[in-house]
Amino acid sequence: MPGDVPAGDMHAPLISIRRVVKNYIRGGQTVEVLTGISLDIARGEFVALMGPSGSGKSTLLNLIAGIDKPTSGELLIDGEDITRLAESDLARWRAAKVGFIFQFYNLMPVLSALENVELPLLLTNLSRRDRRERAALALEMVGLADRMDHTPNELSGGQQQRVAIARAVVSDPQILVADEPTGDLDRTSASEVLGMLQTLNRELGATIVMVTHDARAASAAQVIMHLEKGVLESREETVQIKH
Amino acid sequence: MFYLGLILRNALRHKLRSLLTLLGLVVAILAFGLISTVVGAWYANSEAASNARLVTRNAISLAFSMPISYKQKIRAVEGVKDVSYANWFGGVYKDPKNFFPQFAIDPESYLRIYRDYLLPEDDLRNFIRDRKGCIVGRRLAQAYGFKVGDTLLLKGGIFPGDWEFVIRGIYDGRESKTDTSQMFFHWDLLNETMKKVSPRRANYVGVYVVEIGNPEDAAPVSEAIDKLFKNSSWETLTETEQAFQLGFVSMIEAIVAAIRLMSYVVIVIILAVMANTMAMTARERLSEYATLKALGFGPRYVAALIFGESLTLAAIGAVIGIALTFPAARGFSALTGTLFPTMQVADATVWRQVASAAIVGVLAAALPAWRAARVKIVDGLRSIG
Repeated sequence: MPGDVPAGDMHAPLISIRRVVKNYIRGGQTVEVLTGISLDIARGEFVALMGPSGSGKSTLLNLIAGIDKPTSGELLIDGEDITRLAESDLARWRAAKVGFIFQFYNLMPVLSALENVELPLLLTNLSRRDRRERAALALEMVGLADRMDHTPNELSGGQQQRVAIARAVVSDPQILVADEPTGDLDRTSASEVLGMLQTLNRELGATIVMVTHDARAASAAQVIMHLEKGVLESREETVQIKH
Repeated sequence: MFYLGLILRNALRHKLRSLLTLLGLVVAILAFGLISTVVGAWYANSEAASNARLVTRNAISLAFSMPISYKQKIRAVEGVKDVSYANWFGGVYKDPKNFFPQFAIDPESYLRIYRDYLLPEDDLRNFIRDRKGCIVGRRLAQAYGFKVGDTLLLKGGIFPGDWEFVIRGIYDGRESKTDTSQMFFHWDLLNETMKKVSPRRANYVGVYVVEIGNPEDAAPVSEAIDKLFKNSSWETLTETEQAFQLGFVSMIEAIVAAIRLMSYVVIVIILAVMANTMAMTARERLSEYATLKALGFGPRYVAALIFGESLTLAAIGAVIGIALTFPAARGFSALTGTLFPTMQVADATVWRQVASAAIVGVLAAALPAWRAARVKIVDGLRSIG
């Protein structure tokens, strides 16, 4: 059983999902979005979740990220069943283990790029100076060293998404979850963002779970999982296209 | 510092909306302060009243007087330290709209009892010596430009005729709440004139002011005085000076209560405006709050951001509103002349303004903060600001 695997075991899957069901109540009707899905994602894997609208891919991503809870089933991340965590513990778990990249960047408009990246570090014990240094380093890594003091509305979409990537990685999380990270970008910016995710995966060993509609974006991943009506239809290893 | 910076920048994010909300807050806090100050001014005389002073008047009404012979009898009552007397004159200075209180007094005993009126010794001597002399309060002098040596002409109402006085002194108040909008002249002048023109009205006084040795004896001394004149043609009613002054306020109590109520209505209105601003703000930023929660910030942090923003706006509004209350009260005082004895923004008023702003800040944010703190991350992320 995946639950028996001790936390931190390098050979065990980082993410292990077992018989997860997620239902929503809409208009008094129960809608089954995930119907007992089971899957594993290995440590350091770059996975693209694909499927038509309503297939449950975003719901699955939300469950993996710990921002939603399943109706039933087990969701083990690094050996810990996060479905059993209380809200406050889950918030702490997210702060420590998960980096978020959203389709619309979700940056704080009143904060500069540097402050946006610094945001997750406020939940750590780092000093202000250390926080600033790490945030600056993360922005340098995404090629925005010269845009640190710019607010989001002074940056292009691609640059905003790069700030969001810097924010996602600055606290050194175990998992990066990306929900349509290129959905709002032009082709060049999308390619830059995907290249950046590949670099993070390849060079830093980041485990990435990305939801996308775009086959080109999915080709950046090592594994593509297809979901259909709440179940895992297929899992295919891809020939990763370098962006 | 990071949080404070975020709160401040959020508060000023929609500049026009914040500015209009601030404007509303400033006006509300200013109006609240000004109304409270005006209401306070109605009660100024009663607040300035001493516990060691009693006022004896005709039991039927203030409009009726009492014989001057009562003075010695009252003085003989146990517990009485000093007695003086006064008559309301009710004259008109140039125009009936130039209202200010005028009293005919026995200068020596009256000013001995009312030690709150400060007069230079020379001026006091000159006033006592000159039967046609009068003294005016500083506020009154400033309002009409009176100077020592000026002639003051009054047209008598209750006591008909043209009355000419020479200003012999300008008195100041020992305390800021002391009434310095009055004019005093010699009762003897009034009485001598009455003896000539209306002898039946001579030798009568409007009120006796009684100083007692121990304020705790107010009730038994009052009772003893009234008992002296029981069943006489001029029965008396003795009460503390404060009760006497409150008697005047009670005549317009309903109006004062309505004005006071208005000040609270103003606060309720601005609370509704502020609550609307905060609700709009929180609704627009739902996805930001959801993002913060996704990053690991707890519901309390999100609520604190909203409370912080609301309290920041309330604090800025309060500071400006309170700062403006002082010149506004001065302006209002100048506008109303000597209608109010004093027009001071009391410390209690400022504290009430601070408390009102804080309550508005907290209540306006309560519901939006509760909603934002409870919003599900996935729902919040889907919302469009």
